[in-house]
Amino acid sequence: MKRRAIGVYAATILIIYFAWYALSLMLGSNILPDPFRVFIRGFEEIATTAFWVHVEASLLRLLAALFFAFILAVPAGLVLGSNERLDGLFAPLIYLGYPIPKVVLMPVIFVLFGLGDLGKVVLITMIIFFQLLITTRDSARKIDREITYSLRSLGGGRLDYFFHVVWPVSLPGIFTSLRIGVGTAVAVLFLVESIATSEGLGFYIIDSWGRAEYATMFVGIIALSIIGIVMYEIFELLERKFCKWKSL
Amino acid sequence: MGTSGKFLAIEGLGKTFQNENDSKTVLEGVDLELAFRDCLAIVGPSGCGKTTLLLAIAGLIPPTAGAITFRDGPLAAPERRIALVLQHYGLFPWKTVGANIALGARLQHIDVPEKRLRSVKRELDIEGLDHLYPAQLSGGQRQRVALARALLLNPLLLLLDEPFAAIDTVTRERLQNNLLDVFAQRRFSFIIVTHNIEEAVFLGRRIVVLDGNNRGIKTIMDNPGMGDPQYRNDPVFFERTTELRGILEGLE
Repeated sequence: MKRRAIGVYAATILIIYFAWYALSLMLGSNILPDPFRVFIRGFEEIATTAFWVHVEASLLRLLAALFFAFILAVPAGLVLGSNERLDGLFAPLIYLGYPIPKVVLMPVIFVLFGLGDLGKVVLITMIIFFQLLITTRDSARKIDREITYSLRSLGGGRLDYFFHVVWPVSLPGIFTSLRIGVGTAVAVLFLVESIATSEGLGFYIIDSWGRAEYATMFVGIIALSIIGIVMYEIFELLERKFCKWKSL
Repeated sequence: MGTSGKFLAIEGLGKTFQNENDSKTVLEGVDLELAFRDCLAIVGPSGCGKTTLLLAIAGLIPPTAGAITFRDGPLAAPERRIALVLQHYGLFPWKTVGANIALGARLQHIDVPEKRLRSVKRELDIEGLDHLYPAQLSGGQRQRVALARALLLNPLLLLLDEPFAAIDTVTRERLQNNLLDVFAQRRFSFIIVTHNIEEAVFLGRRIVVLDGNNRGIKTIMDNPGMGDPQYRNDPVFFERTTELRGILEGLE
């Protein structure tokens, strides 16, 4: 990460800290604990194994959902974006499927796949699948005809077209949708972990809330936010590494 | 290639583009021949089918009528010994210059000796650019990289689609001289599509004028003086450009 980005992050954290502190003074520490107390509780919590069990459960669900969404949506998006006929065939399905708020299907998904990890991962996968599919498809559509001619005249076949043209052209769009997808995935993760589980940061937050342990609850909120931020930054770093040409 | 055979022959070539409820014929009854080590310039008004003809020769656009034969064989798909250089260079922005130059050889599984690679780069004055991306190059450098990529494949026929159109005049003339140098030193033919009259006269031993209205060849002008880098200062050059301008103005 560049020094400037670190500076921006540090400044943002400081602003949030002081705004939070001011707000906790106004509302009273029973409703909003002051950040220093949360900070101390955070240190106590990270020293316990139980806390890391929750982190691990959430992280695994998130990574599994991102992985499955990636391996399902990206190849499909690349194929649809570079094949007009197939794209036309599937366009109505995507058109209808994308706007449906998949989160309302949660009860159906839980009935079909169970209340365990599988059901939770399937729901998150379904939600980010569409985001990833549409962005990848749209990126793959933007291929200049001259580039296609160029590759074919150099002796490139259909497979070469995918590896040397469609994939690199779509990669920046894929990273963008992964970054956006992380935000959505974390939000859905919280929701699915607040139901029928005893592991995961979603449960940890809801459980602390139920026991009126607000400082602990905020530790969970911060931990979940950190997971989202770190994953966002990882995709940003990967994009900068693999799509260097895009920023020239 | 057999000495008796034709290097490139185009017979009765036609191309109609078909849309859902519309069809447009851009080429009709085009007959053309090209000998080995010959060079041809194709000119004509916008939309007359210059690029379509070139892309058909490259095997990238299937004709709707007629046939193209290359070294006595039918040409229906991109041919290994035909290289294409495009107007906007056809470089892959996500690949470095080095990877762009090597791509053709890589796709065709040709092992290019390092010495040959270096000599092509030296010939075109693009040494030391390997690690850069196309976006970091000037227009002239990009076109030289595209030319190097094509030459590395040892083409027998080089097709150039308005290769110097987006380049300033001084660089363009330098690149035209570059092309003539390479042409003099290597064994290949080339066809250049251009809308620039001076470029056509400087680079075409024969100049094919396409007629947009009749979708075929209006005339073929002989230009035997071509090939000398000093040709631009020759009175014959001015005569030829004036003659060609007159033909093109008559087509507008």
